[in-house]
Amino acid sequence: MSTVAYILGIVSSVLALAVVIELLRRHSLRERHAIWWLVAGVLALVVGVFPGTLVWAADLVGVEVPTNLVFFISIAILFFVCLQHAAELTVLESKTRALAEQSALLELRIRQLEDDRQSADGSSAT
Amino acid sequence: MHSRLGSTLIVMPAFNEEASVAAVVAEVFAKLPGVSVLVVDDGSSDATSLRAREAGALVATLPFNLGVGGAMRTGFKFALENGFDIVVQVDSDGQHDPSGVPALLDALEDTDLVLGARFAGEGDYRVGGPRQWAMVVLASVLSRTAQTKLTDTTSGFRASGPRAVRLFAEHYPAEYLGDTIEALVIASRANLAIAQVPVSMRVRAGGVPSHNPLKSAAYLARAGMALTFALLRPRSAFLPVEVQR
Repeated sequence: MSTVAYILGIVSSVLALAVVIELLRRHSLRERHAIWWLVAGVLALVVGVFPGTLVWAADLVGVEVPTNLVFFISIAILFFVCLQHAAELTVLESKTRALAEQSALLELRIRQLEDDRQSADGSSAT
Repeated sequence: MHSRLGSTLIVMPAFNEEASVAAVVAEVFAKLPGVSVLVVDDGSSDATSLRAREAGALVATLPFNLGVGGAMRTGFKFALENGFDIVVQVDSDGQHDPSGVPALLDALEDTDLVLGARFAGEGDYRVGGPRQWAMVVLASVLSRTAQTKLTDTTSGFRASGPRAVRLFAEHYPAEYLGDTIEALVIASRANLAIAQVPVSMRVRAGGVPSHNPLKSAAYLARAGMALTFALLRPRSAFLPVEVQR
């Protein structure tokens, strides 16, 4: 591996981690959504600094080409992130639904109260 | 006048039905004296809310379209909060004849959920092809789940008693077809008694049921999925809520 490729690996993983941490710091990303990205960033950094760990891990799980382990883990992480997002979306939808129902019922109640008050005003005036 | 009409709420989900909703509301008031009508405007872009209010109905206007399930849950919540014991769903397109409601209420005396079934002898409503096969399969599976003979499980013309209202105010499903199929599974899982009575249906005022084979296949698949996942859900998920009035 050339020195340039070595540096590229480290720089890109540091960059990815920096973006995630900065978003967390600014409250643009909540911890429970960031956890997978943090895991991915840290793994990338470790492998970038010590390429030997990748070879060792590939050997441990019986993957012949170490790069394939990188692809496998990347796809697995992306898969879980997508699934988590779909689940969160479902929760948000059901919350939106409950709010819509509540707002419709509140509006109806306000209208009824206004009508009651108007008819009460009308009867007291005459 | 039926003795339970006073504590009955007719819930009409309405999505862009300005042409028919006023006439349907008026017909309900004429045929069922003493009943209360709540039109749930499911995010219509036309004057549905206005027409319904002019016709004398209570109107809950949803800010956007939730589907029949969302509209119905709004109705169940309103019933629960305002002390109505019974909720009867009636379509706002005039397909359901309000004269069938007393028969539903009679059957509700000793059950919790009553379906007005289109194929149980009365009326001239017919469907054919894959859609009919889907309905037959659904009916046989749901009959087993509900432990009673059901022939028309996708009928929206249904009456819910106090226990069903409490259950549905919390757990009425919003998915497409969930409101008819999954609601039956939820009710039987919560040990509610279900029955069906024959009612006659009229031809829908607007639109015709689709006979496109691709759409029928999609309908079949979605109905199958709705049913499968409804049956897979844990039983403990459907406990009726207790409320203070």
